[in-house]
Amino acid sequence: MFSLASIATMAACIFMFGLFYVIVSNFTSMVKDAEEGVAVTVFFDEGISDEQIQQIGDQIRSRAEVAKCDYLSADEAWENFKKVYFEGHEDLAEGFAQDNPLANSASYQIYLNDVSMQESLVTYLQSLDGVREVNQSEAVANTLTDFNKLIGYVSAGIILILLGVAVFLISNTVTVGISVRREEIAIMKLIGATDFLVRAPFIVEGIVIGLVGAAIPLVLLYFMYDRIIIYISQKFSFIGSMMNFISTKTVFHTLIPVALLLGVGIGFFGSMITIRKHLKV
Amino acid sequence: MIKLEHVSKAYQAGVPALNDVNLEIEEGEFVFVVGDSGSGKSTLIKLLLKELEPTEGTITINNKDLKKIRRKQIPKFRRNIGVVFQDFRLLKDRNVYDNVAFAQKVVGETNAHIKKRVPQMLSMVGLAAKYRSFPKQLSGGEQQRVAIARALVNEPKILMADEPTGNLDNNNAWEIMKLLEEINEKGTTVVVVTHNLEIVKVMKKRVITIKKGVVVSDSKDGDYSEN
Repeated sequence: MFSLASIATMAACIFMFGLFYVIVSNFTSMVKDAEEGVAVTVFFDEGISDEQIQQIGDQIRSRAEVAKCDYLSADEAWENFKKVYFEGHEDLAEGFAQDNPLANSASYQIYLNDVSMQESLVTYLQSLDGVREVNQSEAVANTLTDFNKLIGYVSAGIILILLGVAVFLISNTVTVGISVRREEIAIMKLIGATDFLVRAPFIVEGIVIGLVGAAIPLVLLYFMYDRIIIYISQKFSFIGSMMNFISTKTVFHTLIPVALLLGVGIGFFGSMITIRKHLKV
Repeated sequence: MIKLEHVSKAYQAGVPALNDVNLEIEEGEFVFVVGDSGSGKSTLIKLLLKELEPTEGTITINNKDLKKIRRKQIPKFRRNIGVVFQDFRLLKDRNVYDNVAFAQKVVGETNAHIKKRVPQMLSMVGLAAKYRSFPKQLSGGEQQRVAIARALVNEPKILMADEPTGNLDNNNAWEIMKLLEEINEKGTTVVVVTHNLEIVKVMKKRVITIKKGVVVSDSKDGDYSEN
């Protein structure tokens, strides 16, 4: 009876963990998407040769934090500008046909793997010969980095609390188990049972509680996840259009082993701690 | 086989439960240990099982100094000693067969061996027909027989019985004592702690009398100190 209550609470803990993991991984994915959209733009000194530009490009690409580095020529920059600002009035832009106003605006658009590395990259870029200006969207970069950190801290905090609660519960179950079976344990010891044999049933009990307690919420979450995504996409199309949800397969590829290991780990440690405290073999 | 040299045990400083006990029990002997409650009989059993450590002195069993047995070796050491208690200490949720088989499982015997050995033991204690009964379906005497079968199933060299007849009527008490005598005749050293002096007198075995933690007499042929 007590172990049933333990399994139920353990399941609730792992369910919370799973739910949190799903939310966090979707947010992380959203942040990652956003990060990929953040670019650092590098402009060159006037009169720089194509060769030098090429050289700067090679130097940038060799950096580990650089995911992508695209060259945007002055003509392409003007074309993009026209598309954005002269849409529907292309004739107005024709006046500049022979005299590209963005003649000195050839640039590299650099995309980062990790947005927190932006500052150090910018410092590096500014030190390069032939670089006139480096533009960056500092606010976005900082917000994303901070947000990522916040998610990390909050998830670590919640997981720690859940771990504590779960270990306490398992420990309680095992304590009750030990007192219920005190007579049997005493007999085992007198007959000559090894420490391992006396302790094993309690450790197995803890692990089984952990495993079952992890398996139940995993099954629940697995069937809920798809439905929730569909529901959110349909009912709140604004959120749906803002973020791409991670596929069930991707989420559970990591969540299943992590949650099961967590369950087994909590079960093992919970029972171990209790056995050491209450079961003097 | 069992040797105690200057053994003392004090639970509290200055209040010894056993005080400077010296005795030797040879292989194949049948020995009674008698004394009032609180005389130190149970302490003696606990010391022999290495449930307690003596405050002073040396205990040797089967030529092994108990002090030198490390914690991890205690289970193996205890397999050489069968124990029977006044309150039988059977597992109430298991039948007779399983109670005896439990002792074999604990020491890692194979199922094939257990299936052969347990019925042999139950026949020896006269309970072959009741192997499926649960402890509460048995009389006190029968429960003590199961406990004896369990204590002997792993073929220990020594059998210790702590007040084995304490919860039994006269007839059952005698049957248990006869059974213990038979076991002793087959070669097992038997140590019986009791305060049933009638049995002690009639059986005419070696009697060690303990009073307030001190051995006051050690005699053959059922003589014991009444002072």
